Amino acid sequence: MTRSRFLLGFLLVALVIAGGLSYFASSDPDGLDSVTLNGCTVSETAEGERLDGTCIAQNAAAQYPAGHQMAGSPLADYAVAGREGTTGLAGILGVLVTALVAGLLFRVLRPSGGAPGTRGKG
Amino acid sequence: MVDVVPPAGDGAGSLAGPGLTVAMHMSDGLVNAPTAAAFGLVAVLGLAIAASRARADLDERTAPMAGLVTAFVFAVQMINFPILPGASGHLLGGALVAILVGPWVGSLCIAIVLVVQALLFADGGLTALGTNITNMALVGVFTGYGVAYTLRRVAARSRRGLIATAFAAALVSTVVAALAFVVEYAIGGSGGAALGTVLGLMVGLHVLVGIGEGIITAATVAAVAATRPDLVYLLRGIRPAIDQGLADEGVAR
Repeated sequence: MTRSRFLLGFLLVALVIAGGLSYFASSDPDGLDSVTLNGCTVSETAEGERLDGTCIAQNAAAQYPAGHQMAGSPLADYAVAGREGTTGLAGILGVLVTALVAGLLFRVLRPSGGAPGTRGKG
Repeated sequence: MVDVVPPAGDGAGSLAGPGLTVAMHMSDGLVNAPTAAAFGLVAVLGLAIAASRARADLDERTAPMAGLVTAFVFAVQMINFPILPGASGHLLGGALVAILVGPWVGSLCIAIVLVVQALLFADGGLTALGTNITNMALVGVFTGYGVAYTLRRVAARSRRGLIATAFAAALVSTVVAALAFVVEYAIGGSGGAALGTVLGLMVGLHVLVGIGEGIITAATVAAVAATRPDLVYLLRGIRPAIDQGLADEGVAR
């Protein structure tokens, strides 16, 4: 398999995972969240999540009552503009942005970086 | 503007949707401000060293690979898998990137994912970026690399050896990354749970997460090695002749 075909395949796999498989992801709290929520019961209210009991997440939330600083981002919480069912699209955009940012950074970091083809072929 | 999701029994299965707070990493306030700042410094210093050392590992073959590995980790981190009733886990990616692109480039990969998630997806607190980068991009990556490097002869010997190496590196890396959180909580945790409880739960849950991490890491590394073994950092130098032959021909196997 040529390198460019391999890389294209790799990108496609990432896009399928983020764009399709993400709908089947568990929405239960992850390992860390389970620990920080241990001791509290979570209930969904019109104002957001409410934590009753004693847990780490409660103390953390008390210090940051406004929530995440980027909660107003158009892709916040892996949804496009907060719309339900847009996880896949948000994921695809995330993959593309991540690939772009990382691709640029690693090209800049590459010794004698710059445009491809400016170096002798190895 | 956030929809209210009924606590349970909505028949929607386990679809993650807006309304649920989708968070995968440390949020703000789990540790106090001085601790967050101190680990912010650790993260900046660690990434600066990684960036300078990464240059030697980046060329026109590995740089595009590193970019796509980063995007791949972002994608797979979205997939929370169940570990216990009511609890899930997801890939951290430390061992995966260490094996595929090396520890220096790899720690930059994970840091990029964490920064994109925090800034664009409101996932992982901005003040918690230092601790998140320390745990996953530095501790997770270098632990994974340490285990994989120790087992590199096993990894180079056979496909089964490579799979076992990737699995072990991922499992250990996940548990040690979880321990890094416990250390941060011990130093400056916001309170709300006893340290012993946090330690026990973090380790117990992350052994389970680590099994999932191990399966995903092993499957991914095996797939890359089956098509382009020359793009697996860990195998480079151990099988130089094979690698060079493949690179020259541009073919698999």
